[in-house]
Amino acid sequence: MTWLVPLLVLVPLLGAAVALGLLNHQKLQRAITVVVLVVALAVAATLMVLVDQHGTIVVQVGGWEAPYGISLVVDRLSALLLTVSASVLLIVLLFSIGQGLAADDGEAPVTIFYPTYLVLAAGVLDSFIAGDLFNLYVAFEMLLVASYVLITLGGSEQRVRAGTTYIVTSLIASAIFLAAIGLVYGATGTVNIAQISERMAGLPEHVQLLLHTMLLIGFGIKAAVFPLAFWLPDSYPTAPAPVTAVFAGLLTKVGIYAIIRLETIIFPRPQLNTVLLIVAILTMVVGVLGAVSQTDVKRLLSFTLISHIGFMVMGIGLGSVVGTAAAVFYTVHHIVVQTTLFLVSGLMERVGGTTSTRSLGGLLKASPLLAALYLVPAFNLGGIPPFSGFIGKLGLFRAAAIDGSPLAYATIAAGVVTSLLTLYALMRVWDAAFWRPRPAAEAAAPHASVAEPHAHLRSPEPTPLTVSEDTGKAFHPGGTVTVTDAAHASRTSPIRHGRDAAGASSRNRRTGPSPETAPTATQDGVGEAPTRVKLPRMLVGVTTVAVLGSVALTVVAGPLYGYATRAAESLESPDQYVQAVLGGGR
Amino acid sequence: MTVTLVLVIAMAVLFSCGVYLLLERSLTRMLLGFLLLGNALNLLLLVMSGAAGNPPIGKTSEGIADPLPQAFALTAIVITFAVSAFLLALIHRSWKLSRADEVEVDEADVAIGRERDEAADEDPETTTDAEQEATR
Repeated sequence: MTWLVPLLVLVPLLGAAVALGLLNHQKLQRAITVVVLVVALAVAATLMVLVDQHGTIVVQVGGWEAPYGISLVVDRLSALLLTVSASVLLIVLLFSIGQGLAADDGEAPVTIFYPTYLVLAAGVLDSFIAGDLFNLYVAFEMLLVASYVLITLGGSEQRVRAGTTYIVTSLIASAIFLAAIGLVYGATGTVNIAQISERMAGLPEHVQLLLHTMLLIGFGIKAAVFPLAFWLPDSYPTAPAPVTAVFAGLLTKVGIYAIIRLETIIFPRPQLNTVLLIVAILTMVVGVLGAVSQTDVKRLLSFTLISHIGFMVMGIGLGSVVGTAAAVFYTVHHIVVQTTLFLVSGLMERVGGTTSTRSLGGLLKASPLLAALYLVPAFNLGGIPPFSGFIGKLGLFRAAAIDGSPLAYATIAAGVVTSLLTLYALMRVWDAAFWRPRPAAEAAAPHASVAEPHAHLRSPEPTPLTVSEDTGKAFHPGGTVTVTDAAHASRTSPIRHGRDAAGASSRNRRTGPSPETAPTATQDGVGEAPTRVKLPRMLVGVTTVAVLGSVALTVVAGPLYGYATRAAESLESPDQYVQAVLGGGR
Repeated sequence: MTVTLVLVIAMAVLFSCGVYLLLERSLTRMLLGFLLLGNALNLLLLVMSGAAGNPPIGKTSEGIADPLPQAFALTAIVITFAVSAFLLALIHRSWKLSRADEVEVDEADVAIGRERDEAADEDPETTTDAEQEATR
């Protein structure tokens, strides 16, 4: 079944070429893109099963034997990330198709989107199967060049500005990586990862340290690890929602994947583990503090993205099987959840017209389903128990506790604080965008402006009956506002009298609904909100699938964690990898 | 391994000029810096291939030149070429849009900083955005 492996790169690249030739046949182009990614997903899933049963699959491209030819290697870690990436790529593609179909403006050059997207997919998948450093570099360049096009899609002034930051940073990262490859070749005489792993131990300590640091910096910029992460929140948020979603989900994780390989196969000794742990703490804390201070949903999510990269670095930095296993599981969880949250933020922008928490509001009333779609991944990212975020964090903290050093305990503390602050930041978005009524600045919104004068004409006699009924039902003043507001806008009902009082109290206490009461309130709001904004069915459907997927990670957490542990076991004993690539005779 | 000193010096000069230009705000200078950096990297790859003088094809008593770094350099040149073409298009677009090829600071960042300063001036007790919003 080794012929399956090259298909992962071949099919998307050929698909991109065909799609590029069909610029004038959009439907066909779309169909090809979907089919290609479905094939890639099927191949990746098959490989995931095969690798788990029969061990690492190695393909020597063109029949040239290992140290000379190009090796494609699929071990458990690769297979797992391939499957997750292919499904995320497919989901985001469907979302972007839904958005393209729903878009009214013919301005966006969607024709170039699909071929570029396929090149991006090929780059991402190739980087997971690359068996030598130079092939990894080429895969990185493939996905980066595609991402340059995607991030400046449409070429508006803002996107060109944001794109420049991103492009220049990525160019420098690539330059450092390429220089490191040159030095590695000079030092070891090979770029094959397995052979480097064999020969690296024979090098003098300081040469090893130099190579290790250079590679780590190159990958660290891509993965957005703390001191190298400031390009990310400046560049990601301006891109179109599906593009941001796939970048956030996959591009940083490619960097994380490369760091995992670097720390396990190439440099198995704990040379820089202390540095990694310190960097992990800083990434988590600085990232989440950035998130707390943001007022734009997409920027806020970009900062949480940075901060949660710290969790993965923490797992890697522990340098044990449990730590790496937890990092792998957390990577899978984070790919799915972060992508989902960015998709949801795209929907929020569609409903509310903006992603600024200052002007968003009343989304719970406008679209209760959207509120649920936001809340589930938000809890998941924050690490509320039944969700996979909790399982991943628990695994990481357990690994750190097993490690037992003071620094490991410090990372646990930082991780706990980060989780809480993440939850706080995401709940602030919830408060501002969903919970409160639309702010006064946005009074131009139809239902708000119609409702206001009526409330002034009527004498505000509160009807005690309705108020008590409402507070009893919804637990929190915010909840009553949603119900009454919605009812008010649609029909004249006795509830309306209570609105002013409830509205005023909610404005004062708006900051305080505890996360636990929120879901019940959502349930209450769902049935009675008639002024819903109709979202395109496909967008909602796709996002729902993504949210369900992130929940499903909890359901399959047992087998998935087992898989991650087996992947980590084979990673932590690099001999297996070396033998699989170079053959058992060595 | 013997290394030609001239190549190393040339590489060092290219690297330093490239990095200097990349730190500029003008997009065109960044492009030039990137090109210099790309050439410096190609030189680095060549330097790493060992002593010069061996033939690329055919065997002599000295052996043949290592083909792998040359393949790397070729690939790197192609990638540099593609990225430069893209950067040129980007510079052109930026020029058409704003008649400037400078990279500007991130407005959203500046806006948040400014709001924060103003809030601190108006009311020193306002510490978080949430409270600030709540008072509105």
